[in-house]
Amino acid sequence: MLLFLSPWLFGFVVFTAGPMLLSLYYSFTHYDLISSPRWIGLDNYRYMFGRLTLNGQPNQGDPYFWTSVRNTFWIILVGLPLRIIFAMATAMLLTRPKRGVNGYRTLFFMPSMAPTVGASLVFVYLFNPVTGPINQFLGHLGISGPLWFFDPTWAKPALVVLGLWGIGDAIVLYLAGLLNVPRDLYEAISIEGANAWQRFRYVTFPMLTPVVFFTLIIGIIDGFQYFDQAYVSATTTGNGVGDPQNSLLFYSVWLYEQAFTYFHMGYASAMAWILFVATMVLTAILLLTSRRWVHYGGGLS
Amino acid sequence: MAVANHSVLIGVSALFMFPVIYMFFTAVQSNDQALTGKLWPDPFVWSNFRTVFHEINVWRYLWNTFLYAGLSTVGVVCSCVPVAYAFSRIDWRGRNVVFLLVLSTLMLPTQVTSIPLYILWAKQFHDWTGIQFIGTLRPLIIPSFFGDAFSIFLLRQFFMTIPQELTDAIRVDGGGHLQILWRVVIPLAKPAIVAVALFNFIYAWNDFYGPLVYLASNQDAQTLSVALSSFRSIHHVDWNLTMAAALIFMLPVIVIFFFAQRVFIEGITLTGVKG
Repeated sequence: MLLFLSPWLFGFVVFTAGPMLLSLYYSFTHYDLISSPRWIGLDNYRYMFGRLTLNGQPNQGDPYFWTSVRNTFWIILVGLPLRIIFAMATAMLLTRPKRGVNGYRTLFFMPSMAPTVGASLVFVYLFNPVTGPINQFLGHLGISGPLWFFDPTWAKPALVVLGLWGIGDAIVLYLAGLLNVPRDLYEAISIEGANAWQRFRYVTFPMLTPVVFFTLIIGIIDGFQYFDQAYVSATTTGNGVGDPQNSLLFYSVWLYEQAFTYFHMGYASAMAWILFVATMVLTAILLLTSRRWVHYGGGLS
Repeated sequence: MAVANHSVLIGVSALFMFPVIYMFFTAVQSNDQALTGKLWPDPFVWSNFRTVFHEINVWRYLWNTFLYAGLSTVGVVCSCVPVAYAFSRIDWRGRNVVFLLVLSTLMLPTQVTSIPLYILWAKQFHDWTGIQFIGTLRPLIIPSFFGDAFSIFLLRQFFMTIPQELTDAIRVDGGGHLQILWRVVIPLAKPAIVAVALFNFIYAWNDFYGPLVYLASNQDAQTLSVALSSFRSIHHVDWNLTMAAALIFMLPVIVIFFFAQRVFIEGITLTGVKG
């Protein structure tokens, strides 16, 4: 047994648990990779939440921490519900026709497998304010399109559209969930004279709640780590990382900058631990509330 | 009714395909035409691909990406099959608790371990072995030989479905777990192993964060994802070449996907619905 388990055991100690403890230690130090780590107690955390500079001088603290927190919550609160609604709606459309479902499913699923770097390159081109096809198309309709990746108001919405392009994996899950709903449930509620909305409200949606729950948890974990698209769109447009006007400075982007551009390894470790704790707390809250609204049974277990 | 359903679905399909179609046609347009937003290339400039290969060392980046994706896939399959076996076909005390530990690492943000790991590869691991790790593919490939939580989970889900009677026969003949794994479980679990291999290959092919952290300092070791992320800003190239480069990067993924889409769809469903 131990022989079979040993690869994971070694990996867990050396590449997961050990590094986590190290990073907890680093989060209480000042460490720039050149001189050895210097113990500074809670100063990194004080600086993060805005009470101290890195050198111990009283100050406003990290000027961009809360910006990055706000941006991250924005992309999750706007992007994730849209993702779930569109995936569910598309999956419901897919249950209607008798033929060709597999063909459509292939087309919808494919973009979710595409590399984020490639997808971001394409969308920066599509959203180019002057030469991109989207604004050219809007121009034909007499609408002058926004500056998208060059406008702090419209940069995040452009990323949300890019995210919606990749909902194929969620569509596959919702479709599988829908095909698991027992037909007699619909027959029973139809006999009672339910309309389409009531069928959705009292049969379809309850039966889909396990999938909603799963996509919600995955979406929050991924949302906290949102990085590739923001970073690549910045390097491709020629904006600075996080720009325009820090509207794309997400938590993980700021963490990466702290760690690998400024080599504030201690401070970045503290940010990483706050990220970890926030992920755990939100996941725990979702798990605890899930008993109230997630229905298990009916083939889904 | 059928016509209405299909026309809505065709419309949605068009929205999903629109970026891919634009990428393909823009890749073979002239510089000037790529700035007009028009779709149909006039003329077709196939030499754009040659220009991309001339502009950056595409072969080297392709090879690096292939090395990373290929070797880490070998690592994940070799390490996760026995581990998943231990979590599904061997009874031992505390199995479920330890398995929960495996699952909980799925929720661990990459950032939490990436900083200390970077320091370990740069300092301690380097000092102990005398091997250079930063600026090479090694820190990306080596950990995959020591298990991956998602792959262990997916394989375990599949191993659980293999009937006990099939393994009992070997037990009666006096065969141990290695024999059961080799002669019964692996042959039966081929679809799941293929799914794990393909998921990992594509994950590594697409991976950006890992290569960015470890390879940013060494251009010769970079993967396509890192090389392309800075392609436009460093080489001041036009959109047609950027799209041609993006297409070269995405084409292997698209080809693998179309040949093996059933495997991906079944894999996604296995982890999401039956979890």
